[in-house]
Amino acid sequence: MIAQKMTPISRRHALQLLGAAAALTLAPKLSLASADAVAGRISELTNGGAMSELDIYLDMPEIAENGNQVKIAFEIDSPMTEADHVKTVYVLADGNPEPDVAQFNFTPAMGACSATSRMRLSKTQNVTVLAALSNGSFAKADATVKVTIGGCGG
Amino acid sequence: MAKVKARVKVPKKAEVGEIVEIKTLISHPMHSGRSVDGDGKIVPRKIINSFTASFNGKPVFTVDMKPSVSSNPFLIFPFKVTEAGTFDFVWVEDGGQEYTASKKIKIV
Repeated sequence: MIAQKMTPISRRHALQLLGAAAALTLAPKLSLASADAVAGRISELTNGGAMSELDIYLDMPEIAENGNQVKIAFEIDSPMTEADHVKTVYVLADGNPEPDVAQFNFTPAMGACSATSRMRLSKTQNVTVLAALSNGSFAKADATVKVTIGGCGG
Repeated sequence: MAKVKARVKVPKKAEVGEIVEIKTLISHPMHSGRSVDGDGKIVPRKIINSFTASFNGKPVFTVDMKPSVSSNPFLIFPFKVTEAGTFDFVWVEDGGQEYTASKKIKIV
């Protein structure tokens, strides 16, 4: 009697259910920032501002054995005067759970624009350094870091 | 939690106009909120989220940090010495706890 009450499933409906199940299992457990997220973040930060030709020198390892401690150093050729200086430098990583790594706020009192720190990288990925200049324009540089052991806990 | 200890390296003396290098290190686990402890429980997020270096009371360099910054946040940055004075460094942890350090610079 019970079997008769069940409505037969059409072939189309069965395929839809299968598709939904597949999508659930394939969904990543931990969503990571993607290249799109970084591109989106950059356009959000620059807000249509012009890109300048200013050189940014990056010092990052090509291959990082330990993703927990990856050196990030940058140097920007800027006179660092009131009229012409680097205001902010953003470090963005496209393979981490969130693209933002750190934001460095510079002032002309520093006399030069450079900084060194260490960051975590969860996997091999591109690291982008975006500099906001006092004249409203931006400069950007990126590098790929190969990570042997990821560094996002777990 | 292990005691948080800040260490700073600032030259004792400098010439006027000289650009000196300042190094700071603070011992802090920087729990990102994504790692698990021995019992499989998620360690809640607790990081140093900002750093400020001020010279004679005026902020000269600040950093906003995200969980992607490594444990024991380490920073090197330049500073152009124009007068003698005191450097004050402040690290702010999630929850508002502050850690401080200060150093003096003399003019040669």
